[in-house]
Amino acid sequence: MTAFLLRRFATLVLTLLAVSAVVFAIMNVLPGDPALVILGIDSTPEAQAALREQLGLNAPLATRYLDWIGAALTGDFGISYSYDLPVSTLVLERLPVTLPLALAATLLMAVAAIGLGLFAAMRHGRPGDWGIMVLSQVGIAIPAFWLGILLIILFAVTLRALPPGGFPGWDEPLAAIRALILPAAALALVQAAILTRIVRSSVLDVMRLDYVRTARAKGLSRNAVYRRHVLPNALIPIITIVGLQVANLVTGTIVIENVFSLPGLGRLLFQAIANRDLFLVQALVLLFAAAVVIANFLVDIAYVVIDPRLEGRLE
Amino acid sequence: MRPAILIGGVLVGAVALTALVSVVWTPHDPGLIDVANRLQPPSPQHWLGTDQLGRDIASLLMVGAQSSILVAFLSVGLGALLGVGLGLAASALGGALEESLMRLTDIAIAFPALLLAVMLAAIYGPSLEVAILAIAFITMPVFARLSRATANQAWSREYVQAAIAMGRTRLGVTIHHVLPNIVSMIVVQATIEFAIAILAEAALSYLGLGVQPPTPSWGRMLAEAQTFLFLAPHLAIWPGLCIIAAVIGFNMLGDGLRDATDPRLRGMRR
Repeated sequence: MTAFLLRRFATLVLTLLAVSAVVFAIMNVLPGDPALVILGIDSTPEAQAALREQLGLNAPLATRYLDWIGAALTGDFGISYSYDLPVSTLVLERLPVTLPLALAATLLMAVAAIGLGLFAAMRHGRPGDWGIMVLSQVGIAIPAFWLGILLIILFAVTLRALPPGGFPGWDEPLAAIRALILPAAALALVQAAILTRIVRSSVLDVMRLDYVRTARAKGLSRNAVYRRHVLPNALIPIITIVGLQVANLVTGTIVIENVFSLPGLGRLLFQAIANRDLFLVQALVLLFAAAVVIANFLVDIAYVVIDPRLEGRLE
Repeated sequence: MRPAILIGGVLVGAVALTALVSVVWTPHDPGLIDVANRLQPPSPQHWLGTDQLGRDIASLLMVGAQSSILVAFLSVGLGALLGVGLGLAASALGGALEESLMRLTDIAIAFPALLLAVMLAAIYGPSLEVAILAIAFITMPVFARLSRATANQAWSREYVQAAIAMGRTRLGVTIHHVLPNIVSMIVVQATIEFAIAILAEAALSYLGLGVQPPTPSWGRMLAEAQTFLFLAPHLAIWPGLCIIAAVIGFNMLGDGLRDATDPRLRGMRR
């Protein structure tokens, strides 16, 4: 197990380095002059040259990459040009919005999908199953941002039960939680539609196996069979899909924060684009991509915890 | 005929027909601003009402279909062209080159399209071209993997071995024997990627990174409608329904075609 974890961790570090190199390459190798982007086309060549010097753009590319990634490892992502603040300060300020949103959406997605998928599998071929399958087919096609708008129309405009957007901060915990309910639901439900189908088919596959019939035959109740035999064995394909969906959830926060005007990392990213703050964009994209890679690493670990038989096969 | 192909075909046909018709005819000029008649409910003159500038919503939606289809077609086409080219080359050449090309697609698949679009938009400013490139880039590795896997199967067939023995070059074998074997798989996958591309275009345009004003697009109409949710919530309904119809259409058509062309995969989903 320790050897497996060490190897996985080494792969994680290598993947993170590859991702950081890709981000750096796209932001720095593609034609385009950051100094020109920041100052605008009306600026004087002297001003552009001065800014290039100040930003360290005259150093060789490899040196700049190593400087950037070396500083990033110590938590130093440089200074945001438009905010005149360290990028790390801006990120820490916004993280208490984005992180709870992503976690709540993941949890909600898993609970909804496992509940609905189990329900559909237990009623296989009957109207309940059919209804959930139709709903999930529609759910897969719904853009999360449109679902967000529909939730605003229903719960904020019509029922006036929840706020249509904005975030009051964690000084008012109750209001903060209320502000995150609709965004988390919009993010989670679309992903839950995909996961529900996987849960259903995975549970149906396991239900056909002999040991499930044996468990029923020896007198275990239906619910006990599901809890002890079906669900744990159905989890492997479910976890695989969850791993793929984490990427959607992480980038989904970028869109949803813009729908609900939440002051999180996603909104910061868009302000950075509007302000042409290339270094802030570069740091934020790296953080989002790293979150996806790390989430997939955790999923790999989860496999082995759930099913130790996989330890050898995942090499 | 399978019901999935029928329903999907009808939906896709309706969206495509709408886009085609809108090139020559719309009920009103979609760009015509008529502030006196803003935010009107549906009426005989304006079937679906008017927006915040008095423009005819039905006409805007029709032209919006053009944007969706065009972006999906160009991005999936570009992604398929590059991806299939890479996949076929990897399969034909084999060895270390195949291995490294496939590791590259691993990285590309792990990289979210939105982040790529964001980086390109930060460098070049938001534009339709940037959106198309970003969507093409995420579809490319899917096509590369699929065509490599199918091409590898074709390379191991006896008639391909025979063709090699008769002196055909790798390029000749690829064009005459491998490509015809993978075309149907590519078409099916392209149909499914169309659905993904339409969703991606809508999200990027909603965020202001896709179709730029004044060209109408469903995603941008939703972004504009959001400002008027308390006054005219119905503005936010129609574009969303159009997106869903197009996405469900391509999804069902793709699934149905896949089941029809490969009975082993019947009932499976990605």
